Amino acid sequence: MDLKYLFRPSTMAVIGVSTSQDNHPANVIYNKNHLRYPVKTFPVNPKGGILYRDKLYSSVEDIQEDIDMAVIAVRAEYVPGVVEQCIQKGVGGAVIISGGFAESGNLRLQQRVADIAREASFPFVGPNCLGIYAPDYVDTFFLPGERIIHPDKGNVGFVSQSGGVLVDQMVKFAGQGIGISLAVSIGNKACIRETDMLDWLDQDLETKVIAFYVEGFEKGEGRQFIKKAEQCSKPVIILKAGKSKKGIEAVSSHTASLAGDYRVFSEIMKQYCVAEADNEYELTCFCESLSCYPKGINGNIGIITLSGGHGVIAADACELHGIALPGIEAETKNIIKEKLSLGIRDIVSLDNPLDLTGSSTDCDIVTSARHLSRDANIDCIMALLIPYSPGISTDIGAKLSQVARNEGKPMIAYVPNEDKYNIIIEGFELNNIPVASSVEGAVLMAKALMRCRPC
Amino acid sequence: MLKEDSKNIIEKNKSLGWVLEPDAKALMKLQGLDIPEFILTDSFEEADHFLKRIDSLVVAKAVSKKILHKTEYQAVVTGILSSDHLKREMMRLKQLDGCENILVEQMVEGIEVIIGAKNDFQFGPVIIFGIGGTSVEIYNDTAIRMAPLKTDDVSSMVASLKAKKIISGYRGKAGVNMEVLTHSIVNFSLFVMEMETDFESIDLNPVICTRDRCVIADARIILKPS
Repeated sequence: MDLKYLFRPSTMAVIGVSTSQDNHPANVIYNKNHLRYPVKTFPVNPKGGILYRDKLYSSVEDIQEDIDMAVIAVRAEYVPGVVEQCIQKGVGGAVIISGGFAESGNLRLQQRVADIAREASFPFVGPNCLGIYAPDYVDTFFLPGERIIHPDKGNVGFVSQSGGVLVDQMVKFAGQGIGISLAVSIGNKACIRETDMLDWLDQDLETKVIAFYVEGFEKGEGRQFIKKAEQCSKPVIILKAGKSKKGIEAVSSHTASLAGDYRVFSEIMKQYCVAEADNEYELTCFCESLSCYPKGINGNIGIITLSGGHGVIAADACELHGIALPGIEAETKNIIKEKLSLGIRDIVSLDNPLDLTGSSTDCDIVTSARHLSRDANIDCIMALLIPYSPGISTDIGAKLSQVARNEGKPMIAYVPNEDKYNIIIEGFELNNIPVASSVEGAVLMAKALMRCRPC
Repeated sequence: MLKEDSKNIIEKNKSLGWVLEPDAKALMKLQGLDIPEFILTDSFEEADHFLKRIDSLVVAKAVSKKILHKTEYQAVVTGILSSDHLKREMMRLKQLDGCENILVEQMVEGIEVIIGAKNDFQFGPVIIFGIGGTSVEIYNDTAIRMAPLKTDDVSSMVASLKAKKIISGYRGKAGVNMEVLTHSIVNFSLFVMEMETDFESIDLNPVICTRDRCVIADARIILKPS
């Protein structure tokens, strides 16, 4: 199966547009793509005629041009016939947004569609899904553009079994300035499943991090997925729903009762370096930090803070997540102390967290970050930058980014997510340094980098 | 590929749905895993002869197709040293439901761990390792990995336990022999892969680990319904 026609289509047919309801999902999809995306879009309805002053095709086969992808939004019982027409026409793949299949008990109908498609090597997403959002290419979400928040184009590929979770997560990504390379809601996943998406996103040049929202795998599919994740050249993140113990019946062996389904899932993810996010917030943080730093760390963090309180909060959160704050070498301390401004030299706390106080300046922070990075005990720097004191300039983000690039150790920053500090945030993010909007978030970003340590 | 003898043992127990302890241990032995010296008999004389030859503590267990969880039926007696004690307990065990034979084996003392396997719906065979004994479900200090395992997986499993210090040795007490433990778990994981189509879950619990051995003191294999 070649998925390029689905994710990078030049031409698209939207099958099932309504001649009477402007809010029909197919009409929403037709309008947004026709008006705002480069993909050439053709509306299809058996009635034919004219729609929005454009030609309405009575069948996909009536369209003169080759069609890369079809969005199918007709009633479930008509889907097999429409899929057959698409295959006949030589369409490259489909997104079946129609519901009324396995999710409502019509497993046989879904199987029929899947069989027809498999026979012809015809790939499709769905049914019962939102489909594909590929920034700058195509958007099959049947949600009006003015209602959803689109993240910028970026490097996170996100695949979700649930369309609702996908859209909601996109809002969260947008809020954190995380960009998307491709977002796909795979719905009932009758054809394209997580493993297929992992293959596609692994070779997709625009994707650097691959994230999944998964409810469950089929028999043996978990093993297939994890084997692919092991081979994958990019970090893989997973958010699992359905963790509760229901369904574990009285079992006749200790092992079966100790190894509940979710425990098995979670431990195997760790075994194979897949970063499992506990919740949507972690997922967001993991995506941002792993898109900047695909390589792992051991988890020995050096914290630079301008406030004692923030240092303590970060230290507590680090302990909770199994992140170590090693002591700083005496030599490192001496070098830093020597280079600090006279005004703070005697009031700073040269431990880990390294508290430079609110009287510090850009120069003190940059010096500390540089020499802390050179300390052999430390493999990641966390800079808690509360930009309230006058010694801190708007250039601090860009300046610290240069330190991180020169020293070669990952750096994670915390800066309050307020418009007036955007110049600092961008100073980091445009230089590929992740910025969290809370201390906890910064710690979670560090946790993501420890994904290859199973214990 | 499973050895012919192993296949026969599994086949023999299919109708029962699980593998009797002596057979389960025979399977483990065929795989090269360590089991205690034992005798399977219903005769006190033979058992007593074994006790005298072993000249150390033994364990006596009822072998019954009706008893899957022996502890719950008081079907295991540990720490037998004298002929009188052995005789008394053998007589009692024989009265238990469905008891066909008595398994008398050398009692090995050391750190009790559980090595188990489950045939998971999504991931296939997985291995569980942790602190063993009859209270394993209460402590649930275990780690899980997908089979087959590599040697690094075993070290990471040990390191992830709360009780890792018990394994490595604590307050003057010897720990387990990591080389033997690692070899046993990796070897068991290979066996489990070969058993994939036959088993539902396996408990080797306890496995007694000493400074030089990891001995399977009890083994229970639940087969897939055919």
